[in-house]
Amino acid sequence: MTLFDVVAAVKDPELRVLNVAELGILRDVTVDGDAVTVTITPTYSGCPAMDLIRADIESALHEAGVSVVAVKTVLDPPWTTDMITPEGRSKLAAAGIAPPGPVFIQLSVRCPRCGSRATEQLSRFGSTACKSLWRCTSCLEPFDAVKAI
Amino acid sequence: MSHVGYVLGLADDALITAQRLGEWCSRAPEMEEDIALANIALDQLGVARMLLSHAGELEGRGRTEDDLAFLRSEHEFRNVRLVELDNGDFAVTMAKLLFLSVYQRLLYDWSIGVGDERLAAVAAKARKESAYHVDHSSRWVVRLGDGTEESHRRMQAAIDLVWPYTHQLFAADRDVHALDVAGIVVDPSTLRPAWLEAVDAVLTEATLTRPAVTEQAEGGRAVHTEALAKLLADMQVLHRAHPGARW
Repeated sequence: MTLFDVVAAVKDPELRVLNVAELGILRDVTVDGDAVTVTITPTYSGCPAMDLIRADIESALHEAGVSVVAVKTVLDPPWTTDMITPEGRSKLAAAGIAPPGPVFIQLSVRCPRCGSRATEQLSRFGSTACKSLWRCTSCLEPFDAVKAI
Repeated sequence: MSHVGYVLGLADDALITAQRLGEWCSRAPEMEEDIALANIALDQLGVARMLLSHAGELEGRGRTEDDLAFLRSEHEFRNVRLVELDNGDFAVTMAKLLFLSVYQRLLYDWSIGVGDERLAAVAAKARKESAYHVDHSSRWVVRLGDGTEESHRRMQAAIDLVWPYTHQLFAADRDVHALDVAGIVVDPSTLRPAWLEAVDAVLTEATLTRPAVTEQAEGGRAVHTEALAKLLADMQVLHRAHPGARW
C-alpha cells in the first residue's frame, strides 16, 4: 500500500461512504525523505469538516509510520461535483444519497431508493453544506442529494 | 483605501453577515429555513476566514484570522453598514441578503483572474456559493412581495429601510480605482449598473417599488452604526475572556 493509498483511504466525515479520493478533494501526496506533504481542496468555502479531514489524514499517516506530516489546502482550481469519481457516485446512490449530475446540465434528480425521476425539491439546503433536501413523489421517500456545483 | 483595507472590507462584509445570519439559528420561520440560513452563514464564514488570513499576510504584522476577527474594535472593522444592521423581521433579513449577495456574486465573478491571485482563487470558489444565496433571497423577496397584502407591505417596508445603505457598497475610492486600473482588484463602484439591473428584475417580479433615494452614504467603511458594537460584544466575548480558547 503506497502512502497515496493510505491518504486516499481516509473517509469524508460528512459523506461517510466516500473517501477523500472518491470525493475529489485529494490533490497530491508528495514524499521528501521522512516528510509527507498532502494537498487537499475544500468542497465549500465554509466546509466545517476540513479540520477533521486534516486531522484524520495526519493520524492515518502517523499510523503508517510517517513522522512529519503537512496538510496543505489549495483553492485553485476550485472543486466541483464533477470531480467526484464514478465509483464515488455509485457509493452515494447505494447509501441513499442522490449523486450530483454534471454541472451546467439541468437534469431531474433520480430517487436513490426506487430510481424514479418523479422527485421534488423540498429545500435548496440540506443537512450539510453540500446537500439539498428532496422527496420522491413515486415512493414518497425523502432523501438527500449532493448539489451540483 | 489600501490593498489590505480592500481585502479586509470583503472579509468583514462576509464575517458580519455570517454572524447576523447565525443569529437566526433555531429562530427561523420554519426548519428548512433555519438550515438554509445556517448554511449561507457557513459559506460566508468560510470566505471570511480565507480573506482575513490573506489580509493578515498582506499586512505583514503577523496577525492571524482570529486576531483580526476577535481582537479588533468597532472602528477597525471595514464592513459596510448594510451588513451590521439588526436582522429585524424576516423581510429585513431577506432584503439585506438580496442586496449583499447580488453584489458579492458580481464582485466574485469579476474578480476571477485579477492580479491578486489569492483573492481570485477565493472568488472562483465563492461565486458558485453566492449564486445559491442570490437564488434563495430572490425567491423569498418574490414570494413575500407578490404574496398577501400584509407580506407585501412588510417586504416593501424592509426594502425602504435597507435601500439607503446599499449606496455604500459602490462608494468610489481613489486608491481602489488605481488598484483596479493596475488589474489587481475590481473596483466595486463599477458594479453598480449590473447590480441595479439584477436587483430591479427581482423587485419587479415581486411587485415591489425601488425607493427613489439617491444620495450617497456619508463616511467610509470605518464609520459604523451602533448595531456593530453590540454585535461584536456578542461575537468576541468568549475569545476576549479566554484568549486563545479552542474547541
